[in-house]
Amino acid sequence: MRIEKHPILGYIDKKEVRITYNGVDYPAFEGETIAAALLANHIRILRYSEKGKKPRGIYCGIGHCYECRVTVDGERSVRACVTGVKDQMKIISQGIDADEI
Amino acid sequence: MLMKYDLVVIGAGPAGMGAAIIAASHGARVALVDENPVPGGKLRGQIYKEPKSGWWIGEKIARNMENKIKQLGVPCFLECEVWGIYPKWKVMLNNGEQLESDFVLIATGAAEKAIPIPGWTKPGVMAIGAAQVLANIQRVKPGNRVAIIGLDVLSLTIAYDLKMAGVDVVGIYLPPLNAFSSDKSNPLKMIAYLSSLSHLAPNPMLKLLGKIGQKESVQKLGVNYYPPFGMRVWGIPLHLRKAVVEITGNDIVEEIEIATVDRNGQLGRKQEKRISVDCVCISGGLLPLVELASAAGCECVHIEELGGLIPLYNDQLETTQSGVFVAGNSTGIEGAKVAMAQGELVGTVISDQIGLVKDGPELIKKAKEKVSLERKNAVIKFHPGLENGREKLERLSRISEVNHY
Repeated sequence: MRIEKHPILGYIDKKEVRITYNGVDYPAFEGETIAAALLANHIRILRYSEKGKKPRGIYCGIGHCYECRVTVDGERSVRACVTGVKDQMKIISQGIDADEI
Repeated sequence: MLMKYDLVVIGAGPAGMGAAIIAASHGARVALVDENPVPGGKLRGQIYKEPKSGWWIGEKIARNMENKIKQLGVPCFLECEVWGIYPKWKVMLNNGEQLESDFVLIATGAAEKAIPIPGWTKPGVMAIGAAQVLANIQRVKPGNRVAIIGLDVLSLTIAYDLKMAGVDVVGIYLPPLNAFSSDKSNPLKMIAYLSSLSHLAPNPMLKLLGKIGQKESVQKLGVNYYPPFGMRVWGIPLHLRKAVVEITGNDIVEEIEIATVDRNGQLGRKQEKRISVDCVCISGGLLPLVELASAAGCECVHIEELGGLIPLYNDQLETTQSGVFVAGNSTGIEGAKVAMAQGELVGTVISDQIGLVKDGPELIKKAKEKVSLERKNAVIKFHPGLENGREKLERLSRISEVNHY
């Protein structure tokens, strides 16, 4: 899914870091958002809705709709689309466990 | 913790950074707040082909502005949200910081209007702007096969962006007629809309369509003769007689279901054929973000041509609350260059009010002229009635009063 070479913007020149999503290790680029890093690894489902347990992903991409909220290093409901990845960041989807608020 | 500044800028897009650079270079103590990890806002994702000077790359301009802000030593509160704004003036951040200043610039930009369509909550469906952020800023394809719903300047621009990024754009479709789709589901209105774009249409087909769309009788003919397979624009099929009525898939987006519509957008028979896609982008148009201006007590007015509800402001971009300014898309939907010039105007006005410049009136006059010039030279006009909207606003602002605490 990465756009390695763009006809106008050229090549990607970013440092690789490692993140985990639901316990699985993935590569990411320093400075990119969590949402972009996961999509680059073909991950679209970021959480499940509270009532119907239906999958949700990126919607607005600018931090407004809160559809992409994930748990980051223990902090709940962090917006994946406006939060940059950091090396060794642990990201977990929300809404899977029945006892979650 | 409480910190004191001359100016707090909320939103580090082209307008906010433009203001921060001007005010800080005149010696004002400026703080810049943005909820993104990097400054630049939507400027970072914009790529245009300018008629004379070639490619205009927002990312480069944003990076230059960011460097200037660093050189000037402007503190940036990034990944920070403003949760409250109180007279006169305290800006409360989500991390507990409290920024105090005599002047506040609200440069929060715009969000997209939503058009709900059955299946739109599935991962893979996103607002058109999200696709631009992913492709041009994050450099990740929003999908390999993308359908776009909603025809406007933004969706046409981003369709082109996606194509440049190597994405297969399967077509641009209408939304189904519902309470939220307004004119966007009406083929006649969309032909008329296309005709309003003809002056900036970067394609002979659109220009032809523009000429066709000049008379109402011809508009009807235009819809009737519109090819049922669509018309290709930059190699992307543009469908004015087809609406996406449902987005389906097990967990994530897999297919779209299409129906033909009559010239007024009423649904006809559903097609047997479904189209397989992995991403659907919905474009409902842009909406100025006015929550903070409203929370600060600024009077707001509804002007459709400027994008909807906007704070009332005077020719120096000051709202009805003294000390609170607006710039960029929160003043009405226009391009990044206009936003930047508006920001620079605010930076100049505030520097003058603090007493940091000698030739204030002359600098302000020049800054105003720059805003007008950028407006005149804009390659993209978001609403055909933009000038009308601006006149309405000017009339309203002349009769409003500024509230002094």
